[in-house]
Amino acid sequence: MQQANRLRPFFENLAFDREDSQMIINFGPQHPSAHGQLRLILHLDGEQVVKANPDIGYLHRGMEKMAENMIYNEFLPTTDRMDYIASSSNNYGFALAVEKLLGIEEQVPRRAKIIRTMLLELNRIVSHEFWLATHALDVGAMSVFLYAFREREWALDLIEDYCGARLTHSAIRIGGVPLDLPDGWTGHLAGYLDKVERAVREDYEALLDENRIWKMRLENVGIIDQEMARSWGTSGIMLRGSGYHWDLRKEMPYEIYSELDFDIPVTDKCDSYGRYKLYMEEMRQSIKILRQLIPLYHQSEAKLMANVPQYISAPKEQIMTQNYSLMQHFVLVTQGMRPPVGEVYVATESPKGELGFYINSQGEPYPYRLKIRTPSFFHTGILQDLLPGHQLADVVTIIGSTNIVFGEVDR
Amino acid sequence: MAQHQVKFGTGLPVALTTVDKIVNWGRSNSLWVLTYGLACCGIEMMASGASRYDFDRFGTIFRASPRQAEVMVIAGTLTKKHAEFIRRLYDQMAEPKWVISMGSCANTGGMFNTYATVQGADRVIPVDLYLPGCAPRPETLQYAVMMLQKKIRREPANQNKNIPQKRFI
Repeated sequence: MQQANRLRPFFENLAFDREDSQMIINFGPQHPSAHGQLRLILHLDGEQVVKANPDIGYLHRGMEKMAENMIYNEFLPTTDRMDYIASSSNNYGFALAVEKLLGIEEQVPRRAKIIRTMLLELNRIVSHEFWLATHALDVGAMSVFLYAFREREWALDLIEDYCGARLTHSAIRIGGVPLDLPDGWTGHLAGYLDKVERAVREDYEALLDENRIWKMRLENVGIIDQEMARSWGTSGIMLRGSGYHWDLRKEMPYEIYSELDFDIPVTDKCDSYGRYKLYMEEMRQSIKILRQLIPLYHQSEAKLMANVPQYISAPKEQIMTQNYSLMQHFVLVTQGMRPPVGEVYVATESPKGELGFYINSQGEPYPYRLKIRTPSFFHTGILQDLLPGHQLADVVTIIGSTNIVFGEVDR
Repeated sequence: MAQHQVKFGTGLPVALTTVDKIVNWGRSNSLWVLTYGLACCGIEMMASGASRYDFDRFGTIFRASPRQAEVMVIAGTLTKKHAEFIRRLYDQMAEPKWVISMGSCANTGGMFNTYATVQGADRVIPVDLYLPGCAPRPETLQYAVMMLQKKIRREPANQNKNIPQKRFI
């Protein structure tokens, strides 16, 4: 019985009653394994998926339009809410794009660069741990979920110590970082790295690597061959899992990645299991990077923000003592910075893949157009090519292995 | 729970209470939550169910089906495209049911005052508890569940919000 206050179901011209033997299943948008608000329309022949149609837009919040009405510094906290599992990587992508637009990326102090790189790699560990937790939960390994979340909480404690927030950090600003690391932070970080290294080896990999169920569910499932990976525009681990040696940290080094010693793990297994191994290996590489950063941090000079007073407010002491600096600061606070006319596209390697920001500036304090190229969007698109031919039970594991986040897909 | 305890001889004491109290005691200590992670707050909701914050201590277990759940935690941004589904899921939940709106987006639309976002989930379904924050910490969600337990214990047990009450007198 339809009640007046209830909304009528609306199925976008979908005919659920069909003449042939196919069955249509509506998967999502509220599904515990859909990693957010993914809606899939699956055509099934028996248990086999014949056609899959991802329907996105359930988390579309209009961020790109919001950016056009916000000054650059105002938009930065909004980028937190895109890939909310690794917020700092979004902050960084946006901050770097604006810095390139302003032409000040060389003036970011070295200590700020080191802290940024630390945050990026810590976020990579957090993101990969979260991926492992949810993916293992989808496949049915509840204990891995609990273990991975335990280590994730420790990393969030470190980030909270630094910036005060657990999830939405806004810890990387245009032109540097706002705060220095608290006392003893690097010691806690070193302790955490030991713990997480042991956890990867003794908990996750010991539980999963040779686990019969895990291998049966993941091996030869969700095979993305090289051609498919390239034609769908995948990036990050989805691309490296198909045998491409491509990581923006190596190809277009930003921050201080060119000074650091780390490897890019690549596999040509192309299946979900190969990608799982890559995630584990990437966590090890992140640990390796973070260990190298700790001594570099202590050697660096304590300077955190770039000194370009026409774009970024000068240090407080200078504002309070010099009249012109105070005026510049006043203009920056009330009107916002005015970058030169131009456009810029900057891509960074976020934990999910290539995260790019395109900014078109007309010399106003507001961007004329801001386009965000997010990896998850492309990895959602590949589902329509990847899922057909698989069993219904594999759909959940394949979605898990693509590591999509819907804040990023829909923006 | 018990209002009076009477002890006869050497046996176990007899507890006297009202039906309201004992029903509400049962309800408030086994709140099963519908997994409704919409955006960032959904991650914190998962964290409160995971190892450190351990929601099971409250008798709160996440259920994937609205038929098995009695509390809906709207964790994240509700968009206009999704609004229809949240109403359908709310209607599918069995009485008695409660709604916690988690985070600024679900409370008021938060920072997303745009063409795509519902400015507050209470425009679509009735909300019992609003918890502020962007994103609220897991402790906040646990506190909200404790507040909800308090609220349930105050309510008459036969209250049914969506069906008019039958008066016997």
